[in-house]
Amino acid sequence: MDFSIAMTGFVALYVFMLAAFAGWVIIGHVPAILHTPLMSGSNFVHGIVVVGGLYALLNASATQQQVIGFVAVLLGAGNAAGGFAVTQRMLAMFQTSDAKPMPHHLHGHAHARVHHLKTR
Amino acid sequence: MLANLPQLIIGLADLVAAFLFLYGLQRMSSPATAPSGILMAGFGMVAAVLASFLYVFSVDAAAQPHLAVNIGLALIALVAGGGLAWLSGKRVAMTAMPQMVALYNGMGGGAAGAIAAVELFGNKTQGATQLLVTLLGALIGAVSLSGSLIAWAKLEGVIKKPLRVRGQQIVNAAAMLAALAVAGVILFASLGGAPLLLATPTWIYIFFGLALLFGVLMTLPIGGADMPVVISIYNALTGLAVGLEGFVLQNPALMIAGMVVGAAGLLLTLLMAKAMNRSVANVVFTNFGDAPKQVQGAIKGSLRPVEASDAGIAMRYAGKVIIVPGYGLAAAQAQQKLYEFVKLLQAAKVEVKFAVHPVAGRMPGQMDVLLAEAGVPYDMIFQLEDINDDFATTDVALVIGANDVVNPAARTEKSSPIFGMPILNADKAKQVYVVKRGEGKGYAGIQNGLFYGDNCNMVYGDAQAVLVKMIEAVRGLGAAAA
Repeated sequence: MDFSIAMTGFVALYVFMLAAFAGWVIIGHVPAILHTPLMSGSNFVHGIVVVGGLYALLNASATQQQVIGFVAVLLGAGNAAGGFAVTQRMLAMFQTSDAKPMPHHLHGHAHARVHHLKTR
Repeated sequence: MLANLPQLIIGLADLVAAFLFLYGLQRMSSPATAPSGILMAGFGMVAAVLASFLYVFSVDAAAQPHLAVNIGLALIALVAGGGLAWLSGKRVAMTAMPQMVALYNGMGGGAAGAIAAVELFGNKTQGATQLLVTLLGALIGAVSLSGSLIAWAKLEGVIKKPLRVRGQQIVNAAAMLAALAVAGVILFASLGGAPLLLATPTWIYIFFGLALLFGVLMTLPIGGADMPVVISIYNALTGLAVGLEGFVLQNPALMIAGMVVGAAGLLLTLLMAKAMNRSVANVVFTNFGDAPKQVQGAIKGSLRPVEASDAGIAMRYAGKVIIVPGYGLAAAQAQQKLYEFVKLLQAAKVEVKFAVHPVAGRMPGQMDVLLAEAGVPYDMIFQLEDINDDFATTDVALVIGANDVVNPAARTEKSSPIFGMPILNADKAKQVYVVKRGEGKGYAGIQNGLFYGDNCNMVYGDAQAVLVKMIEAVRGLGAAAA
């Protein structure tokens, strides 16, 4: 079996078109109240660029490429980790009136609240 | 078959990651499901990153001798970049969220640009199309990096004033055209033409220099209050750059994730510009403060200052209260006090709702996050289109630290710069209390007719101090009654 991937010409354009359409529709359904976490969350999603950085770095064959590849992974990892951390923090703050009141300033309680919302 | 196994695992992990990104974003359509959504997207990311280490089984022959060093570098970069960003993300104050998002976004753009640089310097692209897409992704990524950093500096207060010079737009256009011309030179040389004047690597350095310069030049003239739109634009651009580099690396997960974010960023940019009553081009190419000030018709009536305690007691005996918070509330860090006051009102059987304008705060939705942080349940927070009809049947509208977003001139005065902007109809409430530091104007620099209305009272002072007085007054009332 052949597991290689060939994304050329129109195949690539179709992938781009469908992805853009999906993004537009999905994000159109996000309520305005969540627009800040949405922006940081979509910011997190393009942190997948770290995977491209890893590919470039692992295939580096000269010092110059190693340095730039290192920077690519460093920045990409920052994008992904930071984007995730802030999004998760913000989303954990949203709760309903019937939720048990929790000390909002203690981030350690964030996980408990995530769990609570998930089980609703 | 066995040689194919790493490729198969990488392919499957990327496929799962792409699905989890889409599904995770889809779960953001409700605050109840959103936390699990980001968690799923996070799992997708971890899976893709771990699987990408399987690339070690298929590296180029030229990279083979460097493999051990490269793996070490990759681990260090992952731990250092990821660790630092994780810690900063866990610590950043909610009010500083816009500049943090700008920073993470710039990192993504820089990563896309750096990947392109490795491909270009290593001469790894094949054919004109790949090279062209690499250059395009590099250009967009580099612009997004330097532009986001300037946006961060402005929001953080490192750069205080918009920097504008005569002929700025001509300089900007020249920088962009020069970058495109250099891209043409690189394309020409790489496709077998004789290198022009300089060696190709030198041209690549010049190309990145010009792209970074353009990002700086483009962002410097834009005012700090317009940064939310700018961040959103750069978010979309980084997504686009990641998608394009995904094509170069033949990685569909990058293509899909990048393009989804590109479209999402574009949609958010348009929504925000609409809420600010301006076109995207107007935000990027002109400056609000520069617009000639229209002569306003004289506003009839006078300002009526009242004591905070009286306003607090009036709300205690109201049936329905709608609170309109603005950035002034966050600037005074009074969200917690506000919710404390709201809980007192609720205990006295007053129906309280929050009305949030789309551009309240320094990025869209930031006021919602700040209220949630203070513990306000999200079912009490209403967006403009859902609550605007309620004002007419509301006893008291309490406006705290907001100004332009409740200015009725947006509905009535054709000559006003904010005419046509969607506003919260606080003026329709039976009674309006406006908490304000002083008699100053809002960001748009125009008078607010709401403040002069017959139904309006001004409570001057720092929001935090005013709320403390309101709380004391209502508590005192409870003690006297009991």
